[in-house]
Order: sequence, then C-alpha cells, then structure tokens
Amino acid sequence: MNYLMRRLATFPLVLLGVSILVFVAIRMVPGDSITAMLGTEAGLLTPAQRDSLAAYFGIDQPWFVQYWRWIGGILHGNLGISVTYGRPVLDVIIERFPLTLELAVLSMIIALAVGMPAGIFAATHNEKLSDLGVRMVAMIGQSTPSFVLGLLIIYTLSAGFGVLPAMGEFAPLWQDPLRNLSQLILPAITLGFAFAASVTRISRSAMLDVLSDDYVRTARSKGASARSVIWRHALPNALIPVVTLSGIEFGYLLGGAVIVEQIYALPGLGRMVLDAIQQRDYALVQGAVLFIAFNFMIVNLLVDLAYVALDPRIRLGEP
Amino acid sequence: MTPLLSVSDLRVGFGRKPHANEVVRGVSFDLADGETLAIVGESGSGKSVTALSINRLIDFGGGCITGGAMKLKRADGSVFDLMTATEPQLTGIRGAEIGMIFQEPMTSLNPVLTIGSQIEESFRLHRGLTGRQATAAAKDALDRVRIPDAARRLKYTPNQLSGGMLQRVMIAIALACNPRLLIADEPTTALDVTVQAQIMALLAELKRQTGMSMIFITHDIGLVAGIADKVMVMQNGQAVEQGELNQILDKAQHPYTQHLLQDVPHFANGSATRADGQRDKGASTEPALKVDNLVVRFPLKSSFFSRASGAVHAVDGVDFDLMPGETLAIVGESGSGKSTTARAVLGLVRSTRGSFSVGVRKASAQQSALPVQMVFQNPYASLNPRLSIETILAEPVIATGGRVNIKTRARMAGLLERVGLPKNSLERYPHEFSGGQRQRLCIARALMLNPSVVVLDEAVSALDVSVQAKVLELLVDLQREFGLAYLFISHDMAVVERIAHRIAVIYAGQIVEIGDATSVLSTPQHSYTKKLIAAVPTIDRRHEHFELDTRQVPSLVRPQGYEPAPARWEQFGPDHRARAEA
Repeated sequence: MNYLMRRLATFPLVLLGVSILVFVAIRMVPGDSITAMLGTEAGLLTPAQRDSLAAYFGIDQPWFVQYWRWIGGILHGNLGISVTYGRPVLDVIIERFPLTLELAVLSMIIALAVGMPAGIFAATHNEKLSDLGVRMVAMIGQSTPSFVLGLLIIYTLSAGFGVLPAMGEFAPLWQDPLRNLSQLILPAITLGFAFAASVTRISRSAMLDVLSDDYVRTARSKGASARSVIWRHALPNALIPVVTLSGIEFGYLLGGAVIVEQIYALPGLGRMVLDAIQQRDYALVQGAVLFIAFNFMIVNLLVDLAYVALDPRIRLGEP
Repeated sequence: MTPLLSVSDLRVGFGRKPHANEVVRGVSFDLADGETLAIVGESGSGKSVTALSINRLIDFGGGCITGGAMKLKRADGSVFDLMTATEPQLTGIRGAEIGMIFQEPMTSLNPVLTIGSQIEESFRLHRGLTGRQATAAAKDALDRVRIPDAARRLKYTPNQLSGGMLQRVMIAIALACNPRLLIADEPTTALDVTVQAQIMALLAELKRQTGMSMIFITHDIGLVAGIADKVMVMQNGQAVEQGELNQILDKAQHPYTQHLLQDVPHFANGSATRADGQRDKGASTEPALKVDNLVVRFPLKSSFFSRASGAVHAVDGVDFDLMPGETLAIVGESGSGKSTTARAVLGLVRSTRGSFSVGVRKASAQQSALPVQMVFQNPYASLNPRLSIETILAEPVIATGGRVNIKTRARMAGLLERVGLPKNSLERYPHEFSGGQRQRLCIARALMLNPSVVVLDEAVSALDVSVQAKVLELLVDLQREFGLAYLFISHDMAVVERIAHRIAVIYAGQIVEIGDATSVLSTPQHSYTKKLIAAVPTIDRRHEHFELDTRQVPSLVRPQGYEPAPARWEQFGPDHRARAEA
C-alpha cells in the first residue's frame, strides 16, 4: 500500500516533464494554428486580423505565459478547448478513447491466446520441424508492416469471399455489441498478429530457458507428467518476460494505432492526434499526449504489481 | 535373490551422434535391497550421467541411452525394464519407487511455489491425496527431515530458507512416497561442512528407518567412508574399480583409485601441515599486512529516506597480521564474514572502522606500490570471455596507469611459463582453457603487478580434487619464489591444512581462534572450531554418524548502536589463542 502511494506520488512529476516536452516540441514545428486553418489564404490576412486571430487562439503571448496558463487550467481540471472541434479537449479524448482501449484489449487477447500456446508448443518441440514452422510464422508476423497485413486481409475478404469489413459510422460497444465487434475484429487481428508474433518468440525463449532449469528436473524426478511440468512448474517461471513485453506493447496500443485506424477508417486516438498535429491544435495534442503518458504509467504500475504476484522473490519498493 | 537394481553395460551418448559421442561407456553394477553404492569420480567422469540414466531423466538433458540394460525390481516383486519403458510408465516410477536429490538445493526447488505445495505434489501424484490430507502428509514429511516449526514453514517459498534447509526439503520430497531407491547426486557439495555433516547424518538415519537402497554420487572419496557399503570409482565414462567399501579404501587396485586416495588433499588433523616458511619468532620483521579492529557493517534501511534501523555486522572487530612469505588461512562457513574481510582488505567494500597497513615491509625491492591482488573462486566467471589472454594480463598494468611495453610482454610470457601454461596462450581466449588452467591464468594476472600480498578467496574450491592438488603446489612454489604473503580464504579444512602456516577461524564476523596451523588443527580449543573439525569427512572414520543438530546460524543483524563485548582471549601455546566462551 505504502509502495502504491509512493509510486502514485511520482506520477505528477513525470507528467510535468512530459507536459514541458510536448509543449515545446509542438511549438518547434513550423507553422501555427492560423496557417494550419487557413492554408495559403493566411497570407491574405491583414496584421490586425492576424493579431486578433492569434489572440483568439491564445498564441499571442510568449510561450512561458502560454504554458503557465495551460498548466493552471489543468490544475483546475481544464485541459483547454480544441480549436478543431470547438469542444473541451477532455471530452474529445474521452469520446475517442473507448475504441482505442477496446482495440488494444482485443489485440492483446488475440496475442496472448495465440502467442503463448504457440511459444510453449515451439519450446517443447525444440528444433523439430514444427518448431521451425512456428518460428518462421512468428518471424513473418513480426516483420510484416501492419498496413500490408491490413490491406491483405481486406483484399482477401472482399476479392476472395465478397465480404467487406463493416464500415460506416462507428458503433460503441454498449450500443450495438455485435456491430461493434464486427467493425473491430479485423483491425484487432491486424494489430494482434504482430503482437502475437512477439509473444510467441518471447514465450518460446523464456520457456526454453526455464525448461532447462534445475527445478524442472526436480519436478520430473518426482514423477510429474509432461503436462504438469509445463503448466505448473515451467510456465509461471516463464511468464515474467511475457508480462513485460505485453505491458509495453499494450501501453503503445493505448496511444492509438494510426495506420490501422486509417486503413479501417476508425475514429481512434491515433488518428485524432495525427489530425491535431496537422491542424496545430495545440491544446488537443498536449492533452492527448498527457493522457497517453498517464495511461502508460498506469500500465507500467500494473506490470510491476503483476511481477510481485508472479514471483515471491520480487519485493515491492526494494531497489 | 534378484537385486533391486541391475545395470549392465550402460552406454550413454550426447548430441546428434550419440553413438560416436559417448560419455558413459559400459557401466555395470548391481544394487541389493538396503544397500548403498557410492559412485566416485571427478567432473566429466560420467557419474552424474549414470545417475540420471537410471530414472531416465537423461532423456530431457540432451542425452541418449545407446546401449545396455537396466532392470528395477518393483515393490510387488515384478521386474521393470527401465530401458524400454514408455514415458507414462516412467512417471509412475519416478518419485514413487526412485527418489532423487540434487547438488544445488538453491536452484532445485521451484522459486515461485511454496515448499508445502512442492512436497504435496508428490503425495498428489503417487498417493492420490488432496486438500488437508496432502497438507498433513507434507507436514509429516518435513518433520521427518527435522525441520523445526514445519507447519509454518510449509507456507514459505524457497528464497526464505537457507541452503541446508532447502536440501532437507529436497530430501523430504524425494522420500515422500518412501521410494525403495534414493539417488543422491552430490547432495552436499554446495553446502557448508557442518551442514554437510547434518545432511549426511539425516540420510544415514532415514536409510536405517526405511531400509531403502541408495546411490550416492560424490567427487569426495572422504565422504563415502561414512555412508557407503560398496564403492564404484569412475573415470572417463568407465567404472575403473568397484567393490566393498573397505576393500576399495584399504586395498585399492587401480592406479586412479590410489591417486584419489593418496595424492588428493585429505584432512589429517594437523599432521599434514607445511614444514617450510614458518614464522621466524625471534626476528622482529614488519608484517606485509596488518589489520587492526576491522569492522564492516551494512546498515539496514526500510527505504531511502528512513533512518537505519539496524545493521548487519558482517565483520566485527577482526585483527591479524600477515608476514611476508606466510599464509594465513581464514576458515569459516558461508555468512561468517570471511569473504567480506578479504574484500575489505582489497578496498572492494568500505570498512566501517579499523585500520590496515599494507606492504609495511616489502619482501624484495621490485615489489610494486600496489601490494594486494586477488584470485577469485570461480575461474569460469572471473575471466572476461571476450578478451584475449594478452589483454587480460595487460589489464592490471593498464588499470594502474602503466604502459604495455616489451618489459610487460616479457613479464606476461615469463609468468605464463611459471604457472605452467603453454607459450602460445597469449593470443587465445579463456574458453580454450580448462578450469584448472583458468585458475592458473587468474594467478598469473594477480602476479602481473608484483604484489606482496595475494588474497585467494576460495581459489581452489571450484576445481576438481586432483587439479586442486596441483594448483596448491603451484601456489606454494610461487610463495617461496616471490616471498608472497597469502590471505587464503576457504571453507575446506583439507586444503587449508596443506597451505596454511597460520589459521584464523571466523564465526559470526569475529575471529574465535587464531594461531599456528598445526596447533589449531590438532588441538582446537574453541567449541566452534571443534565442531568444524569434527564435521570434516575423512576416510578413516567409517560408518560413523553425526548427531543431528537443527540449530540455525545466529543472525548477524544487530540493533543500531550495538557494540560487541570486548573479546577475552585465552592463550594456548606460543602462537595459539582462542576467544573465551561464556
């Protein structure tokens, strides 16, 4: 409990660092909200018009004043107003987040459900033909870019079977679960395939390591069956690297999957951030990055807690 | 009467071509009910592979049985063919009829499961017990191996128990279902000598109680005298000699058995100490190393900001001096503070208090200003595998700001020759050398800077017994030649007897007895020294068992500000004193 408090206490510090970085970084990109909105027509503005627009966007002040205002707002729970959507930043993010979260969870389920058994299978059939097969597929999975796989899936389904992925307005899970799943299943497979490939590779190598450990030999000397050796003795010891990898990948997915969202036309966080950067929607970019960083920290915390649950040798709070 | 286990012409190979790559080449033996066979050999002799072949665990270790026959008489009198048995049949035999314990108790138990559930597993697998019954059976099994407070310890995970305790747990698991054969593969090699005596006593007692047979594998021929009925000596995958215990120990026929019995250090209660290089009592020479009231404490803190709540008193007021050309052996068990003492002398850990004076008097003019060098225990881990021998030997010179020039190279070549390594070693890499050769390299590296004191931290412990003897010889020769002073840290009394002039026995961070080697080993005065010496296995004590003792090592954690009571010393001779006991 004490540990949890101390970990949570570090969150504001990290977020402060992230906020400065993103604030400065987005302002280092050439152009501003006005040119982004008006394009070449921005050149036609009179200085007075320009000043008035700058004051409207709040970019007429020096950057530290802007930063101060922004941070002050955050402390009052106000992430600012998105200029593209004309609505509070937090509202826009919260509207987009469920899809991203669902997509991340679905991909992770697919990755673990496919990757772990495949990895264990390969490890227990080490250097046999089946192991080579699994390793080859995993290698392909890791090295295929998601847009290739995504387009391949769409093409195969439409050209081969005449089925099109469910398009159109996105249906949230709680309104129309069936339609929602039919919209998300293909993107989830696209993302989950590479994820599963990583999980396969890491669980295979972790399992191989563990299977040659002394305590596995002890288990066999007790008369434990092959199944019990794998599931009861080896697997819990092999899980740590799998959890580490899954945590990192899951954290990235919570930041949105730009390419897959683009291919399947999904309104997720990734596309939102990309658009916001192109529009120089400073408030939205900053808010989204803070939100993503916060999620990442939560995931990391959960991963650390999972370590403790998995391995009694790991104690929280010890250096 | 049919034997319990009959092995004939067993052959085991490894790799893709097991027939061409055999490490066990035609081993045969019979084992009767209630009999103990000791298999003795050095690493690579095939003794462990033979053991793992009996319950066919070798199948999982990359090995392949290429020939021979193995028959086990089962409890109901039927004969079971271990050779042709299928894997499901074998799982019914393993643990139920053949139990096994291993060398390394620290890694042989599953780190993420409680010891209770690991013991229960045997009962679940072979007796069909579940729930409370299994837990109760597990508690009984722990009681049987004399683990105090068994009910509570069932909930412990392996990291919460000491090595000796874990080996007891292993024995509890192996004997859970009363197997009729126990295979013990170097069960005490990783343990301290007093703990080893306890485990041996426990095994002997359990064997008496249950009437089981045992195959006891060891590299230490001294250990077999206490437990074996028959002995088989293995070398290069073959049994070179086997027979009754007394016949092997007293009338060994094969030269290798004779070599193991005679050329290898055996403990002789102080009658085999060195005759050369004794301390010159009259002359007032300055010591090469003088340590005064050395204290090393590690503060215990619950977090970075909080104040220390106590301290681990790893070394608590150690004094000694070391003359040029002399060996002071520091003996003690793991956790006694002997290695910390050595590290403090080298400056690898900071001493809390105390003073050193090093190199007060140099044995010869060429000795360097950096007087202390070290040789570590594990020759496999203490040489960087990516560096050539030339770089490794140049390292101390470069680290001290020297240049690698013709003189340095000449010294490298000279030292390599002196430690008995081939001339072309310089361009080679550590993996091309055997364990003994690597330790010679480490010695050469330590001598590169021409030190006056060399700290040898368990420097021969990881080596095979016959290699051990040769490295010890080399150390003695080098000591005479260069006038080196050795601080020799060891737990092995037989080795210490061969090399030490003086011995300091360290217990719980304090020296309890120090003095002339012959005197300390032949007439130990402190109760701990006596216990330590009594626990050393020797070939002279046959079928002699130790008292079971479940006392734990005292904790070295003391409250903040604790100071030990000043030592009172009793003198037992010109150079032999021991701490007075309460």
